[in-house]
Amino acid sequence: MRVSIEVNGRTTAGEVPDRTLLVHYLRDTVGLTGTNIGCDTTSCGACTVLLDGESVKSCTVLAAQADGHEVTTVEGLAGDGGELHPVQRAFREQHGLQCGFCTPGMMMASVSLLKENPRPSRREVREALEGNLCRCTGYHNIVSAVVEASGQEVDR
Amino acid sequence: MIPAEFSYRRASTVDEALALLAEHGEDAKLLAGGHSLLPLMKLRFAAPEVVVDIASLDELKFVRLDGDEVVIGALSRYHDLHGDPVLAEHAPLVAHASGAVGDPQVRHRGTLGGSLVHADSAADLPAVILASDGVLVARGPAGERRIPAAEFFLGPFTTPLEPDELLTEVRLPSQAGLGWGFEKFTRRNIDWAIVGVAVVGRSVGLINLGGTPLRAAATEKALADGASADEAAALAAEDTSPPDEPHASAEYRRHLARVLTRRALLAAGIA
Repeated sequence: MRVSIEVNGRTTAGEVPDRTLLVHYLRDTVGLTGTNIGCDTTSCGACTVLLDGESVKSCTVLAAQADGHEVTTVEGLAGDGGELHPVQRAFREQHGLQCGFCTPGMMMASVSLLKENPRPSRREVREALEGNLCRCTGYHNIVSAVVEASGQEVDR
Repeated sequence: MIPAEFSYRRASTVDEALALLAEHGEDAKLLAGGHSLLPLMKLRFAAPEVVVDIASLDELKFVRLDGDEVVIGALSRYHDLHGDPVLAEHAPLVAHASGAVGDPQVRHRGTLGGSLVHADSAADLPAVILASDGVLVARGPAGERRIPAAEFFLGPFTTPLEPDELLTEVRLPSQAGLGWGFEKFTRRNIDWAIVGVAVVGRSVGLINLGGTPLRAAATEKALADGASADEAAALAAEDTSPPDEPHASAEYRRHLARVLTRRALLAAGIA
């Protein structure tokens, strides 16, 4: 089937099998490989993107379901001039990553969280990132990064 | 993992969805949020030939009061139910439990109706709706019919819905002012419940204590006879056949049912 999805503000389209998963559409059809495939079972959150502004796991959404909708991937966070999104800046400042594999999904889940709860407590951040696993177990700095991105003092 | 090949159709009205079901019969499956069906399809446990996407049927996304009843559209997402002001007053157990399903990404997609028709006894909302004396409303070629939750969960992943029927809404008596409690024991926060308990008023629903969501009948009867929370909770696992698995034996689950029922009863204000 032909799908057309607005990805990071740009209209994309492609002829794909009906069973194509959104994450494969993003990586293989659109060529945006920032979205990682981790567990492929709706658990790890590495493939998290925004669908109409809300975090979803793109391994568990069909490209067909996103037809006519808007998707934001990690590539869409930075501004046109390359300036980093506040969440990206904070992940760098707070060293909110180790190996980096979970980072795109962590950041997209964080953007979604801050949209719903602009000033979360550390506990609220931990709960809101429950769907994103960091195999390096580097959660502490990730929480700090989200707190910093929200404009609050980072209290370790 | 990629699902087996299928043909994707998107319905824009309930009537259109029903027409597609009528046309394709048992070869078709409805797709709402997809967070039960797509994982099954990726594992090839399900391989429908036609997938009918009903996610854009806005007519099934609502929560409203109808007299003394709360009516919830089948396509209401967990995320929406968790923050819904009508539920906050009239069905706070449903709002709370909806916020405890999976993780935020799952709650942005998963729907109440999808969970109910999937009928997984380890899922949270079926037991919540059962404890709430919910009535499920389905539409099919012959019109509408109402099925009490007590008659809806026939077995593991089995409901009385026909292949050409679609769940449209769930109706609950208002729970305004009733005490409630919800306890779920998981390994990780995002996991299915090893055991869960939902209490509202003096009704007790059990998650993952058998092949279907259950009511803790012995506990409810004891409460009606004036038993304390301690006494009633001790009966929570009576007549249940919980799954017996390496990480959680049947006896362990019975133990959890008693402990969690006591906590949920206390949270509901039953001493």
